[in-house]
Amino acid sequence: MSDLYREHILDHYQHPRNYGTLENPDRTFEDSNPLCGDRIRIDLKLADDRIVDIRFTGRGCAISQAAASILTEMVKGKSLEEVKQLGAQELLEELGVPISPARRKCALLSLKVLKAAAYGLNEWPS
Amino acid sequence: MNAQASTRPLDIERIRADFPILQRTVRGGKPLVYLDSAATSQKPASVIEALAGFYRASNANIHRGIYELSEEASVLYEEARAKVARFIGAARAEEVVFVRNTTEAINLVARTWGATHLRPGDVVVTTILEHHSNIVPWQQLAAERGILVRFVDIDEDGRLRLDQLEQLLRTEPVKLVTVTHVSNALGTINPIPEIARLAHAAGALLLVDGAQSVPHLPVNVRELGADFLAFSGHKMLGPFGIGALWARYDLLASLPPFLGGGGMIRTVTTENFTPGDVPARFEAGTPSVADAVALGAAVDYLETIGMAAIRQHERALLAYALPRLEELPGIRLFGPVGEDRAGVISFTLGDVHPHDEAAILDQNGVAARAGHHCTQPLMRRLGVVATTRASFYLYNHEGDVDRLVEALEEARRVFGVAG
Ligand SMILES: Cc1ncc(COP(=O)(O)O)c(C=O)c1O
Repeated sequence: MSDLYREHILDHYQHPRNYGTLENPDRTFEDSNPLCGDRIRIDLKLADDRIVDIRFTGRGCAISQAAASILTEMVKGKSLEEVKQLGAQELLEELGVPISPARRKCALLSLKVLKAAAYGLNEWPS
Repeated sequence: MNAQASTRPLDIERIRADFPILQRTVRGGKPLVYLDSAATSQKPASVIEALAGFYRASNANIHRGIYELSEEASVLYEEARAKVARFIGAARAEEVVFVRNTTEAINLVARTWGATHLRPGDVVVTTILEHHSNIVPWQQLAAERGILVRFVDIDEDGRLRLDQLEQLLRTEPVKLVTVTHVSNALGTINPIPEIARLAHAAGALLLVDGAQSVPHLPVNVRELGADFLAFSGHKMLGPFGIGALWARYDLLASLPPFLGGGGMIRTVTTENFTPGDVPARFEAGTPSVADAVALGAAVDYLETIGMAAIRQHERALLAYALPRLEELPGIRLFGPVGEDRAGVISFTLGDVHPHDEAAILDQNGVAARAGHHCTQPLMRRLGVVATTRASFYLYNHEGDVDRLVEALEEARRVFGVAG
């Protein structure tokens, strides 16, 4: 029916995986796209620099929220080093729908937040 | 224009044939449904031809050339100014200053009038309906000169709270009221003549942002009562890069220059310069000559159709569209319903993010805008991050509304929006 809003995207949007927050997370980061109001927060629980648990909360368009849900599934169990190496292309491929230039920011917001958490940032350096 | 010609229904199919872009398809063969004229209008062939024709046959820099081409270009440029002046009912052509767009026109007022008339503690009143271009220049002056910027709120229907304006005018040292004629986000048509009376009675001047009114309504500066009127050519069938500021001649003549450079001076010595006459004083550097000429062609086109007829057409489209949209379960429509509403429809659908809505519209060939429409304070006031906006112009027809409604039905299905 729709190129962009395929079933798995809508499923992740309407039933997000790993949704919520962690008590006493080892890392937490939040960011937003001021242009569209998309917002994502990611909490990480670490053991030996490996993600043993991950949760996200957020609001915004289906693409940003579905991408966050998919991303949490992709990285659970991965090391921080692996997360730092994760490229935008890998997430876009996992999304599996055509993302136009105008929607790239939506699709990649969660990755940006996750990377900041992986690097242990509390806020963006200015 | 005689009254009869101006109220006859438009021959839309003939008008559509004048706009080459409406022949093209998008997203794999879907006919283009263009519902984003509030952002920028499409252009008729006559405007495109005027632009190309200038470069093909008349191109030269203006004013200072003593040869035929330069004289011709200068005449075309000044003829375009005269057309724009006549179009808005200006007393003389020199009252029209060519600028790049509405934003530049407003900044021109802030930097010339504002810089010479506003003292620390003076108040500029704007409204919560404004486009950022009628907020930020005043906030810049506030930061630099210690003036205060106050906002008039709207009521639940999206109409300005004139009682608040009166209150501000009564209790604060208001030097300028600056307000949009038509809201680009809600379509509200503000009662400018009444606002002008209130502002003037309190000794304040009135700047009107005409970006959404000059293209869509009959606008006559003598009836409006404003002191400044700013508008953009690209929203009224003209090209990008050209717009206008109108003000009464004596007011313009009392203002200092805007940018410094060639064209805006009378004489320059190593010590000093003396500014040129109005409007050259405000047009430093080589202007967008070809764009001005093409704007003149756009004005010709609009006058041939008639602004009253265009307004009537958009009113009829709105009357056709609103009940159909209202029937969609989960839709929330913004803006007033009545005679004071232009052909702009902002809405949200359930809790579907406007970007997702617009993406589904796009897949159906419907070009509509989703976002904050450069009105973040208004979005915050309405309690939304964004809306989807459909806006009409003379080339839209009922079929466009039907396609919009069908695409929104699809969005509802995809996202499971209940009533
Ligand atoms: C009401 C209003 N004011 C100002 C502007 C700014 O126009 P421009 O970008 O042409 O300067 C717009 C355009 O979106 C508008 O709708």
